[in-house]
Amino acid sequence: MSASTQPFRRDQGGLIDRNRPLSFQFDGRRYQGFDGDTLASALLANGVRLVGRSFKYHRPRGILSAGPEEPNALVELRSGARREPNTRATVTELFEGLEASSQNRWPSLAFDLLSVNSLLGPALQAGFYYKTFMWPASFWEKLYEPLIRRAAGLGRAAGLEDPDHYEKAFAFCDVLVIGGGPAGIAAALEAGRSGARVIICDEDSQFGGRLLAERREIDGRSAMEWLSAALAELASLPDVTIMPRSTVFGVYDHGVYGVVERVTDHLAVPPPHQPRQRSWRITARRAVLAAGAIERPIVFAGNDTPGVMLAGAVRSYLNRYGVLPGREAVVFTAGDDGWTTARDLAAAGARVAAIVDPRAELDAGLTALAAQIGARVFAGSVVCAASGGRALTEIAIRDASQREHKLACDLLAVSNGWNPTLHLTSHQNTRPVWNDAIHAFVPGAMPAGLSVAGSAAGRFSLADALADGTRLGREAAADSGFDSAAEPASPSTDPEGLAIAPVWRVKGGRGRLVAGKAFVDFQNDVTDADIELAAREGFKPVEHLKRYTTLGMATDQGKTSNIAGLAIMAEQTGQTIPQTGTTIFRPPYTPVAIGALAGHHRGRDFRPTRLSPTHSWSQNQGAVFIEAGAWMRAQYYPRPGETDWLTSVNREVLAVRNGVGICDVSTLGKIDIQGADAVDFLERVYCNGFRALPVGKARYGLMLREDGFVMDDGTTSRLAETHFLMTTTTANAGKVMQHLEFCHQVLWPGLDVRLVSVSEQWAQAAIAGPKARLVLQGVVDAEHDICNEAFPYLAARAVTVGGGIPARLFRISFSGELAYELAVPAGYGVAMMEALMAAGADHGITPYGTEALGVMRIEKGHVAGNELSGQTTARDLGLGKMMSSKKDYLGRLMAQRAALVEPDRPMFVGFRPVDASQRLRAGAHFIGVGKPATMENDEGYMTSVAYSPVLGHWIGLGLLRNGPQRIGERIRAVDPVRNGDIEVEICTACFVDVEGTRLHG
Amino acid sequence: MRIACPHCGPRDVQEFSYLGDATPQRPDGMDATAAAMADYVHQRDNPAGSHRELWYHGAGCHAWLVVTRDTRTHAIAAVETMAQARAGAPA
Repeated sequence: MSASTQPFRRDQGGLIDRNRPLSFQFDGRRYQGFDGDTLASALLANGVRLVGRSFKYHRPRGILSAGPEEPNALVELRSGARREPNTRATVTELFEGLEASSQNRWPSLAFDLLSVNSLLGPALQAGFYYKTFMWPASFWEKLYEPLIRRAAGLGRAAGLEDPDHYEKAFAFCDVLVIGGGPAGIAAALEAGRSGARVIICDEDSQFGGRLLAERREIDGRSAMEWLSAALAELASLPDVTIMPRSTVFGVYDHGVYGVVERVTDHLAVPPPHQPRQRSWRITARRAVLAAGAIERPIVFAGNDTPGVMLAGAVRSYLNRYGVLPGREAVVFTAGDDGWTTARDLAAAGARVAAIVDPRAELDAGLTALAAQIGARVFAGSVVCAASGGRALTEIAIRDASQREHKLACDLLAVSNGWNPTLHLTSHQNTRPVWNDAIHAFVPGAMPAGLSVAGSAAGRFSLADALADGTRLGREAAADSGFDSAAEPASPSTDPEGLAIAPVWRVKGGRGRLVAGKAFVDFQNDVTDADIELAAREGFKPVEHLKRYTTLGMATDQGKTSNIAGLAIMAEQTGQTIPQTGTTIFRPPYTPVAIGALAGHHRGRDFRPTRLSPTHSWSQNQGAVFIEAGAWMRAQYYPRPGETDWLTSVNREVLAVRNGVGICDVSTLGKIDIQGADAVDFLERVYCNGFRALPVGKARYGLMLREDGFVMDDGTTSRLAETHFLMTTTTANAGKVMQHLEFCHQVLWPGLDVRLVSVSEQWAQAAIAGPKARLVLQGVVDAEHDICNEAFPYLAARAVTVGGGIPARLFRISFSGELAYELAVPAGYGVAMMEALMAAGADHGITPYGTEALGVMRIEKGHVAGNELSGQTTARDLGLGKMMSSKKDYLGRLMAQRAALVEPDRPMFVGFRPVDASQRLRAGAHFIGVGKPATMENDEGYMTSVAYSPVLGHWIGLGLLRNGPQRIGERIRAVDPVRNGDIEVEICTACFVDVEGTRLHG
Repeated sequence: MRIACPHCGPRDVQEFSYLGDATPQRPDGMDATAAAMADYVHQRDNPAGSHRELWYHGAGCHAWLVVTRDTRTHAIAAVETMAQARAGAPA
């Protein structure tokens, strides 16, 4: 395959597959790259250097790096719902049909009108938000902010629902190796050989780290040979898991690591059933960080011109991707490492016009190399300006005698030494420390269980990387209980130069139009002048510097900029870099999509839903379901011809009040309580007494929190002398269980009592209405007499149904009618409902849902979730008399606090509209007639409302100051949210069968 | 975080729920003064350092556990059942 369409593609070399061309689009133009390319390398191969506009000044920007640290080359990837802003072109694997577009330019990348921002520079300098646009205040929201937001910014979010899905996964290992370069591979090999369970992750698609970008030798052969042998051995080890495209983004307590695996990001569209990304939580006994290092730029005028690139990145493009990032190159390096770039450029066929090194004395080996490749050497010199606008055309060199030389070039490779990629080491709040020998921060105190190898530890040579990896892999395995056999010899490598004398910035360069801006933070457009300004204005501590200038913020979190920022501030304040401060890092190491963290938990699957054992029966009855806590409950059962929910609910209510209905109540919490001291236990957790409750009877119980407010309510039945069955509200079932366990295990361990949740073991149905007994008699086996005398109100006993199936029958009522609850083992739930329907067919039995249930409980004035809000006391709810004075129970003392027994606390009463045609609204506040609707006049609020089909109008329950003393008075229910303001009459909180005769029928 | 449940072994913190300080002892409600009860219900120390605290293993064995955790580092020095905690509790 000819590379002729890719003018900057080398004829040979690199890890790309020239037989697999891939076509892609950038800003609507078609290009071709090869399998193995990144978007950045493919753009460079095609001679595309201008890839974006900068955040504030809209300056033309190109590709700076070849890795995850990239601050400039951010693109919008894909289109439509899959459009993804701020994607780093340097880590985006090329795929067939890839679409990308540049960001933050208008109307086009090449001709950006907003680049005049560059000329308005002074108005946009550090702190401009706080200074320039302060007056008049009203202009901020209306004028300044929208204007700035249009001018500044990065990519656009898709604005549509993400069509892909994401997964969460969990893994456990003995040794987690973070980074698949030489140090990581050596560590994984050594740990893996010992038999330890090893996981090795690398963010790249290929393992090898810097080896992929360099021409090195290990043990006398090419490093690539060593690499393929090592990877083959790793793959052959049974307990080693190799995870490419997987970024370890966070270190959490106790050996927990957050990892995002980009499963199908390298494909146009995920194949069926494949997630886009998978977020892992990996728990490791030990971990070895071998994350390598990130090269540092130098700050000089025009250092952001497309064509100015990190020297190590140039080697990546040359050696890994077979791309010439330029033909006329200059290398500006403050250390030996950059000279390797000059060597590799020349070997690849580029002309290296000059090598500029600020060091006055240069090693003879270096000057010999320069002579060999025909590069002019500028020792003791700096590059003071780069210019060319949309692509580099010229640089200015200031030599040792302060003379300036202009050189034409299309590539400037910059090297200023490397910073260890130590981000993960400070995730547990420990600080890196300064190392004078390498002029860089290195890991300080480490998170427990983590050790750091090779370049990430500031040990930059390949030999050290391999030795560290081997040693730490061995140690990590041994700490996990796996000992290696013989001490292996560390591999030998070819020599390399590591000397470095960093130069943080070069002052006084001029650009073409204006005094050239020298950028510290490319992504946030922070210049050296901004840092000087921050220093002058007193924003010297590193935390202030960051917030005043935005240095180190945004998606790259200052990976290439923090150190130069600190260095310039140090220079301003006359301090050293470590005196000025350090940067500590928080997770995530690189941006993580929220979708990956959410996994499947979105939309309907945000949390699991629970289905009652009779769910399928309700479905067959045509139920409309509603979420109630985690449960799906039948809300109502519409019949043909019923067009609105209220019609169905009214029918269901009247069916119960006049005949019989059944309702699934399986979702109520059920807790089995047994033991010699079970009754003592109940005495302490309920505010009312249970000691006198006879076997075979149920009683309503009210549970308080220790602070005196009501926690939950329900009925508890005494099935035997030392055996009780407690029910809780659906919503609080889990909370009450946890509370009871606390009471038993922590407060009163001496009580002989055992608790177990049986909520899911029993299906339970309410059978309510004057004909309820007739229906039950057709289901309960004949030997159990359930006539009114034998089975009176509040009876609770074991029975059998359907010819010997064990069941429990409770004569309790939420509706105020003659009512029972029948419970059978959960597996019989559907059969029970069908049997009840069959037995009730002649009596017109009607299924009813939670709406009708709610209407009837409001008609009866029973409290429920709306009233048990955590802010009400037993007294507030009119249940104060239940609080026993004879015993200690949770909440007893605190419920007597002055504020909780204040006479004018809002208390529970009923309400009916004065004009019976008006609708009541829950949440409406009570305001005196003729008074303004203000906080001062607020006397309480409506908690529950319903349309009562029995009465033919709306009714309400609520909490009103002094309510019980004000029966018969009128007050307004004001609902400003829905423009409601209606007069209501205060009444007792019971609207139907006030004497309670039906209950006992 | 990981908590080594004495019954279930080391488990992820998501299986547990936190309550707080394990030191306060509930006074007997019939004898206690209101002030003593208010103290028990509301007053908690917030030490920077070692803290004995109650965790509930709700997604496991349902045991309430006493975890000794350094609030500065999350380092866990001990995880005890209530029975173990009572047996070893300082007088």
